[in-house]
Amino acid sequence: MSMRTPLGTVRGLGSAKDGTGHFWLQRLTSIASLVLTIFAFALAISLVGEPHAVVAARLGSPFIAVALLATIFAYAYHMQLGMQVIIEDYVQGELARVLALAGNIFFCFAVALFSAFAVLKLGFGG
Amino acid sequence: MAQTGSPSDRHADRPLSPHLQVYRLTFTFLMSGFHRVTGTLLYFGIVIFVWWLVAAASSPAYFDFVNALFGSWFGRLVLLGMTWLTIHHALGGIRHFIWDTGLGLDERERELLARLTMIGSAALTLLVWILAYLVRGG
Repeated sequence: MSMRTPLGTVRGLGSAKDGTGHFWLQRLTSIASLVLTIFAFALAISLVGEPHAVVAARLGSPFIAVALLATIFAYAYHMQLGMQVIIEDYVQGELARVLALAGNIFFCFAVALFSAFAVLKLGFGG
Repeated sequence: MAQTGSPSDRHADRPLSPHLQVYRLTFTFLMSGFHRVTGTLLYFGIVIFVWWLVAAASSPAYFDFVNALFGSWFGRLVLLGMTWLTIHHALGGIRHFIWDTGLGLDERERELLARLTMIGSAALTLLVWILAYLVRGG
């Protein structure tokens, strides 16, 4: 059993080489999400009550499809970063934390991939 | 003896510095926590949005089925909740951007920003839904 303090065991090992990366990306994805959410709300309002053919055509039109893809990626990335902080704050124990962090990434990837596939399918002709 | 766990876990039985239980519950404290809560609910709630996109890409019949679910009173209630969560989290994010510049941090300003987030999110949610109903009617 080591008598060293937690701080003592990590001192001198250098930084995690992560720096302000997380903070910066959190802000970057949040600005993107903010702008794209306004677009997404406008799109949703324009589609209220429309039949499938109209919805599919509009979602698949080039500018809207690309903006939707951007929205999906901004959201998924922002979700991954945000949930990572929550997991690091609240999940105790090495194994549980690693599993939660990995699960977080898998979930966000799944969200992005399913949405992106749907939008691309509509864009490339349903 | 071999050491297990990360340095931060090894002394988990040590007393932590006091946090939640020693602080007076304030409005700004509550709103700060609420930003995490709304973020977490949106994190899982986005599945609804993904489901709708996948439905649109699947078939007209399946899309009509999902659309009918979303259009039911319960579906509308969930979507209303999602709208409010989204706008609340967005305004909370703007609040954080203001703080990032070093502004808005004294007591009166903090209270004001928290109040604006609350009132603004309710007002904007209402606006979005009024617009949606106008489009549907028109």
